[in-house]
Amino acid sequence: MNKSVLSILLPVAVLLVVYFLWDGAVLLSNTDIFPRPYQVFLGIGELIQRGVLLKYVVASLFRVSIGFTLAVLIGVPFGLLLGWFRPAFLAFNPLIQILRPISPIAWIPIAILWFHVDDRAPIFLIFLSSLFPITVTSIAAVQNIQPVYVRAAQNFGLTRLDLFRRVIFPACLPQIITSLRISLGIAWLVVVAAEMIAVNSGLGYLIIDARNAGKRYDLVVAGMLMIGLIGLILDLLIRRLERFEEVKWGYFGGR
Amino acid sequence: MGLLRREVSKTVNEPIISVRDLGISFPGKQRAEPIHVLRSVNLEVRRGEFVCLVGPSGCGKTTLLNIITGFIRQSKGEVLVQGTPVTGPDPKRIFVFQDNGVFPWLTVEQNIGFGLSRRPRNERREIVHHYVQMVGLTGFERAYPRELSGGMRQRVEIARALAPNPEIIYMDEPFGALDFITRMKMRTDLTRIWQEEKKTILFVTHDIEESVQLADRVVVISQRPGTIRKQIEIELPRPRDLDSPEYLQVRDEIFETMGMSLKVGAG
Repeated sequence: MNKSVLSILLPVAVLLVVYFLWDGAVLLSNTDIFPRPYQVFLGIGELIQRGVLLKYVVASLFRVSIGFTLAVLIGVPFGLLLGWFRPAFLAFNPLIQILRPISPIAWIPIAILWFHVDDRAPIFLIFLSSLFPITVTSIAAVQNIQPVYVRAAQNFGLTRLDLFRRVIFPACLPQIITSLRISLGIAWLVVVAAEMIAVNSGLGYLIIDARNAGKRYDLVVAGMLMIGLIGLILDLLIRRLERFEEVKWGYFGGR
Repeated sequence: MGLLRREVSKTVNEPIISVRDLGISFPGKQRAEPIHVLRSVNLEVRRGEFVCLVGPSGCGKTTLLNIITGFIRQSKGEVLVQGTPVTGPDPKRIFVFQDNGVFPWLTVEQNIGFGLSRRPRNERREIVHHYVQMVGLTGFERAYPRELSGGMRQRVEIARALAPNPEIIYMDEPFGALDFITRMKMRTDLTRIWQEEKKTILFVTHDIEESVQLADRVVVISQRPGTIRKQIEIELPRPRDLDSPEYLQVRDEIFETMGMSLKVGAG
């Protein structure tokens, strides 16, 4: 059997096994709270029919897009500057190292205090969760740049701006893209948590609301399934960045 | 090709590079004695000359080249290029690195055109095309460095150095990472390119054979603290016959200067 057939058959087999194990376990346990898989699919159908699924997916994606984009727009240039100018790094690094280990979840009360129950609260939390990985990776990328690239560029008489634009930035880009991928994953984790507390829409809200308003665990699991699927799609999309010719050298064992 | 040629300067007899009483020391670790890497180096290079610096590893020959280029500041003495003290790297003098010097995010033609960004597009394309041909990379213009062999990448680097029409090319063991056969071919090609382009080349190597095959003059540097032990003019005609008694005689003279016997193994 060839590889591509196997790469479809094997995962499908695993999914089927999980499906039947789940179904069997629910039947055996006689629970009337935990849903059977088919009930989850019916739940997804119900959510689509009620028109909330699309609305909540869009709400979550909107918050992630805004927060993540802001983090990229600020984190990448800020990190590159700190990596390049040693005094700036010395000045800001301790602050970054103190803020970085604080889970974005811990910021939820402050986000609500500042932004109330409003879109801006989860956006702020996603921004925070993405900002630190992106900034720290960008700093490290500049600091670990091969000195030979900088020397070669200086030899050709590049201005500081050109050095940044034509050498530093492209040399750091593969690592920056990796950090984008990681932080988008984190952002998707954080949006669900933020929506459970700070707003009244989105997939996180869907889950907590389904539980609170009538213990609808079929809808809880349906929401979880949607989060997983959309997370997968987001990762597949951002991985496409790694395929650009200008950055391929940074992956698969280097040049 | 008139476009690519600049007038050859008139001051042919004046050295293009002069190094005067050059020294460099690095501070020792943990209050140890400073390490003297180079001491009272005096060197003159004529315009259009191909000079090889040879010496044992750790003798400071690469450091010397880095100081002459302007990447590192000396502790003592001065370096003059065309009568002016060197204060930093300059596009008129391009450095060819041992390895990894080509930019992996640019194609072959973008790399070769890297130093030409201020030229008009048509001119740039013509110059790039010329050097792609000269180093034998026709057909690989759109390839990325990761798709090339080590020898081809080194050709890209040489073409990139030549394209802005520098007066001097500094080369730091440019063929050190290549296999034997590729290295021989690169030497032949570099000799041809040097004859066509009439650049001044200062070439660092630890390979004595390489220096005798390439250079007009071999400068032998001593163990650390490095200083010039001997300079040997090589007047052998090119292409050089590696079996001729004259070649072997010059080669053995350098081996002897470096205090090495030609016999391998314990005595």
